[in-house]
Amino acid sequence: MSNSTSNSAQNQVCVIVGASHAAAQLATSLRQKGWAGAIRMISDEGRLPYQRPPLSKAFLAGETDADSLAIRPPAFYAKHQIECISGKVTAINRREKTLTLADGSEQRYDKLALCTGTRVIRLPIQGKELAGVHDLRSLADVQGIRRDLPRTHRAVIIGGGYIGLETAASLRKQGIEVVVLERAERVLQRVTAPEVSAFYQRIHEEAGVVIHTDIAATAFEGEERVERVVCADGTSYPADMVIVGIGVTPNSELAEAAGLETNNGIVVDEYCQTQDRDIVAAGDCANQWDPHSGQWRRLESVPNAMEQAKTAAATLCGERSAQTSLPWFWSDQYDLKLQIAGLSQGYDQIVIRGTTDSGRSFATFYFRERQLIAADCVNRPSEFMLAKKLLSQKQTPDPTRLADDTITVRELMAEMAD
Amino acid sequence: MGYMTFIEHDGTRHKVEIEADKSLMQHAADNMVPGIDADCGGECACGTCHVIVDEAWYAKTGKINSSEQQMLEMTPEGAPTSRLACQIEITDALDGLVVRLPEFQM
Repeated sequence: MSNSTSNSAQNQVCVIVGASHAAAQLATSLRQKGWAGAIRMISDEGRLPYQRPPLSKAFLAGETDADSLAIRPPAFYAKHQIECISGKVTAINRREKTLTLADGSEQRYDKLALCTGTRVIRLPIQGKELAGVHDLRSLADVQGIRRDLPRTHRAVIIGGGYIGLETAASLRKQGIEVVVLERAERVLQRVTAPEVSAFYQRIHEEAGVVIHTDIAATAFEGEERVERVVCADGTSYPADMVIVGIGVTPNSELAEAAGLETNNGIVVDEYCQTQDRDIVAAGDCANQWDPHSGQWRRLESVPNAMEQAKTAAATLCGERSAQTSLPWFWSDQYDLKLQIAGLSQGYDQIVIRGTTDSGRSFATFYFRERQLIAADCVNRPSEFMLAKKLLSQKQTPDPTRLADDTITVRELMAEMAD
Repeated sequence: MGYMTFIEHDGTRHKVEIEADKSLMQHAADNMVPGIDADCGGECACGTCHVIVDEAWYAKTGKINSSEQQMLEMTPEGAPTSRLACQIEITDALDGLVVRLPEFQM
């Protein structure tokens, strides 16, 4: 794996901009592949890489502390000579191969990895600066939310996507009254089938969450702290806290200003390479060409960030190994573990094993032109593993057999192997 | 302080120091054992930290929950002593533990 001596001379410097999942994995993969030069990771959060998924789940629910979020312990970086620098990169000077930082200092690089991630979209409405109005993206955001929890009886969450719903579940667990306001006609509209949306709406309502769809917040009102959310239809919802989770936008300005192609993120090929052969990008900020589907993909997902980081590290070490991994995602709400394999957008048929109308376990399989393209599995780890396998091998099961919940996953698997 | 050993599919051995209260998966990741990258951070969500525990140690690795069980049943290189490394909490009682890695993770 470490036949990359031409790129790993000891005086070479690889700088990684960002310090989240993609950055941590990229640094690790570089060392695993034998990169012998310096590795410098620049973080504008002033922290070592930490796990983001628990922020809206266990960390928000107070079940885990900040230290336990570390992706790797501090000693790991020292041991593997991965330097962690606190600072904000303001410019990439491609001709000189240097970076300018906000404090005026410069960093030279031979290879550059952009792992700049995303930032939250802010509602352009009145009152967004009031105390008690929070975003939910960084550890600092959630520490702020946790500080406000003791005084919070009623929370309004703007946005019924995964972040909004995970947050709703975490707050309900702590006895807080929760209202979710979603602009679309159903929760999770962008990412899942109506049946799955209806399932999650039912589960949340059974837990006491009030969900309103087709509604737009127009102002947050209050003296110093937020007291209510006012909507376009004239309704208003009392709140001691508001959490806005309406989506994110990629941090691609740095790349764009340096003349790299950007379009819904930093444009990279299947090797995670930008137009500049010494610059790669990985994670939520990267919009990647997928030759298999013939589509551009910018995914907001930890597994994708990890896979792209491995691919990008290989590219920087002079290997050519295209990314072929299957996209997958997960979401924890209450006792429900949702595991998603593949991308369901553009499906024309769905098959459900089990039922979404009652109970807490089912799997939805998505087809397009008779080909299996994705599966949403709720408390169905066997179906998730089956879907991963079928999708990786580009196999499509018989939908009728798949829909029959009396046929076990093992039996289905055996049939596919015949 | 105790040690444990990961053995890669090609026979490469990684002897690592035990740190209590960390999962087996975290031990692999923190010591750069190839093939275990902690994709989901230990949430029992991805099934990519499959290990095959040495028979002598299997009983000491703790109980398997239903979610782990179901994922392991679907793992192609599954064995009777298969576990997901993120679900094994390392304690001093596991000083000397030996686990093998499959050729591929799912």
